[in-house]
Amino acid sequence: MKFKSLAIFLIISSFFLTCILSIWKIMATLQGLSFTNLNITPVFLIGILLSLTFVLIGNKLNHLIKILLLSFIFSISYFYLNEASPYWYIFGVFLITLFFTNKLKKYNMQSLKEDFISEKIIFDFITLFGIVFFAFVILFPFYIMLVTSFKTQIALLVNPLDFSLDFTKSLTELFKSYFVIFETYNFGRYILISSAVSIGTVIVTLLFAIPAAYAVARLNFFGKNFLSTSILIIYMFPAIVLVIPLYTVFSQLGLRNSIFGLLIVYTATTLPVAIYMLQGYFKSIPKEIEDAGIMDGQNWFGIILKIIIPLSLPAIASVALYVFMIAWNEFLFSLMFLDSPKSFTLSRAIQYLSGDAETPRQYLMAGSVIVTLPVLFIFIYFEKYLVSGLTAGSVKE
Amino acid sequence: MSDSLSKLEKRTAYTLVLPAVLLVFAIVLFPIFANVWISFKDIELKDIRIPEPRAKKIVKSISENQSELKIIYKLRNSSLIQEIRNVQFQDKFPTNVSPVNLDPRCAFQSKKVVCNFGNWQAKYRENFEITIQNNNGEIINKKIIKSQKPILSGKADNPLLTTNFTLENFKKVFYENNFVELLLTTFYFTFFGTVGAIIFGILAAQLVNQNIQGRTYMRGILLFPYVGPVVALAYTWTLLLDPNSGTLNALLVNFNIIEQPINLLGQKYITMSILGFEFKLRLALTTVIFFEIWRYFPLAFLFILARLQAIPQSLYEAAEVDGASPIQKFIHITLPQITAIISILFMIRFIWNFNKFEDIFLLTGGASGTRTLPINVYQQGFAVSDIGMGSAVSIVIVMLLLSFMVIYFRLIGKRANEV
Repeated sequence: MKFKSLAIFLIISSFFLTCILSIWKIMATLQGLSFTNLNITPVFLIGILLSLTFVLIGNKLNHLIKILLLSFIFSISYFYLNEASPYWYIFGVFLITLFFTNKLKKYNMQSLKEDFISEKIIFDFITLFGIVFFAFVILFPFYIMLVTSFKTQIALLVNPLDFSLDFTKSLTELFKSYFVIFETYNFGRYILISSAVSIGTVIVTLLFAIPAAYAVARLNFFGKNFLSTSILIIYMFPAIVLVIPLYTVFSQLGLRNSIFGLLIVYTATTLPVAIYMLQGYFKSIPKEIEDAGIMDGQNWFGIILKIIIPLSLPAIASVALYVFMIAWNEFLFSLMFLDSPKSFTLSRAIQYLSGDAETPRQYLMAGSVIVTLPVLFIFIYFEKYLVSGLTAGSVKE
Repeated sequence: MSDSLSKLEKRTAYTLVLPAVLLVFAIVLFPIFANVWISFKDIELKDIRIPEPRAKKIVKSISENQSELKIIYKLRNSSLIQEIRNVQFQDKFPTNVSPVNLDPRCAFQSKKVVCNFGNWQAKYRENFEITIQNNNGEIINKKIIKSQKPILSGKADNPLLTTNFTLENFKKVFYENNFVELLLTTFYFTFFGTVGAIIFGILAAQLVNQNIQGRTYMRGILLFPYVGPVVALAYTWTLLLDPNSGTLNALLVNFNIIEQPINLLGQKYITMSILGFEFKLRLALTTVIFFEIWRYFPLAFLFILARLQAIPQSLYEAAEVDGASPIQKFIHITLPQITAIISILFMIRFIWNFNKFEDIFLLTGGASGTRTLPINVYQQGFAVSDIGMGSAVSIVIVMLLLSFMVIYFRLIGKRANEV
């Protein structure tokens, strides 16, 4: 029994170490180091040795001294087993091993005798592995997007693996793609249009949604239930089936290529979500506060303006941010309705850029960084609001 | 008293709700019904403009002294399918200039030539000529004549509003363009995209729900693909997966994992052999499905995490006392608690994946076996520019969606209220 759990422990911990070291090696390769072999087998074997010595030593040594010593030995053997590599790389290996051995802290010969220990080991390391895996898989494309915007097409065609940044170059040289897309490709204008459309959508949506949500939350009227269910069903209806009729009607009315037309469509498609999210919040405001307002002789509009809105500012803020993000990210309608570069939004402009096969990729990625950054900043800064809004008000892409 | 109050309440309610409802009706519900209308019409992209009579004016000298000029009007009906009725023509001339041998359809009155051209068939074209001369034999200024634009008017039906219908579009949808393959591709994409997103969502939620350091950061990072703009993310992936100088292929070749770069987004099939069995994998479709999972598992993750955090810790403690293993805890405590949310997520994601357009469009444009129904709407409507056909495909989508929804409300709708 003990032997089985020891074996599982050794294999799975070493497997985990091998995985992080491989990721480290891949990242180092992308900095221009010429590794050609992941060396999985030797790393795995010395990983097993490392874990084995770790449990064998047990509590005979102070934990800190133990992990420093083991990591040091491991790094040196790693250095000899691998291709020639610079010191910063080996130092990274040392830090990773340090982190890894620190995670092993709770395992010793005693703990390997516990009930279900093999399952617990597997769970523990799968958790660790999962976190590293998810973080890597998610962040890697964003990383590539960012670094590509600082490289040049030619350099990437020569060596597609070298993403190292040359900081000896001047700043204007480093940020060249950004200057180019603003100067030659007019991205300043697109940023303005995208902001105008998104902020406009937020304002108009709130103007329509707040009264409607209040009515749905508080007032009694015929067709109320029908309305609230249809809000949910309209969610489900896809933009793609709206496109052809809207395109034909907008063409005949001359609303294509106009920011106004885009604004109407965005407002109408985000209204259901906005109403749904807001009415949920309005319902949670105690009715007594409003009754006091009625006593003071306020009419319904006064109540909405002076009581409901000030009390539900956090919810309104989260809806506003949410609608902003939807409008900012929207692509399908801007593809269909805009075909003159004068009225492009950012997303449409990037797609237009990519249509020309000659466009160097660093411009495309610089544009992508510009369109992505605002959304990510808003998201990181207001994450709390947005997450609660997302889960409370169901969802809409 | 209370009666009038409730009346007032109703009236207020309608005033508050109406603007929003009208807007949503106009932009969301009206098009769905308009699709039905358009799908029964033989109409193309170029036909959607209301037909109008057009004229291009060309001025030519016919005599040495330029006191006589010939004007050619290239008249045409802008529509290729519809006639314009009762076309009126009018052009103004300077003083002292009058037409010679005027066409019998026209009349010259107070410096204006007014013509009645009657009805123009579809594709109608005519080179209409007027010869003018100066009454005093002086030179006519060509530029003045040229700058004066003729005015044309005529009555034409809006091609969208005519009442000639056809079943041709639906016949084409079902019998041409390989409808079965289209459905199957849509189904693969939708089903595997949904299931994958939910599985990864459960895994991620399990991870983040543990007591680990920095779990709020982790939650934030995990949502990045979901909040990022699809254009930026899709192009980054295309770059990553590019067979010639994409990072992924370059890495795999560099570490000798593959010998030749694989065109992950441009190759329809790849032959795999597992345990000696050879089978063909839809490569581009699989890649697109992976992108889909990558982008949408965060949503599933978020919902499942919210549910996991609501499970009372005492359940796990009791299980611990009973000596349950981690796997047993997951199967007997966690799983039953999240089945409801999973079934809702499955349906929501299934419907949205079914409608997904942007992701596939940006990654492959529907090539290499990734053509799904929504992509087909775009291709028919805008690439082939057959609007009627595009609408017919939209109708097929709506019908399928409605049936999904009926199934959803029958099976899970009741349970949704419990969550």
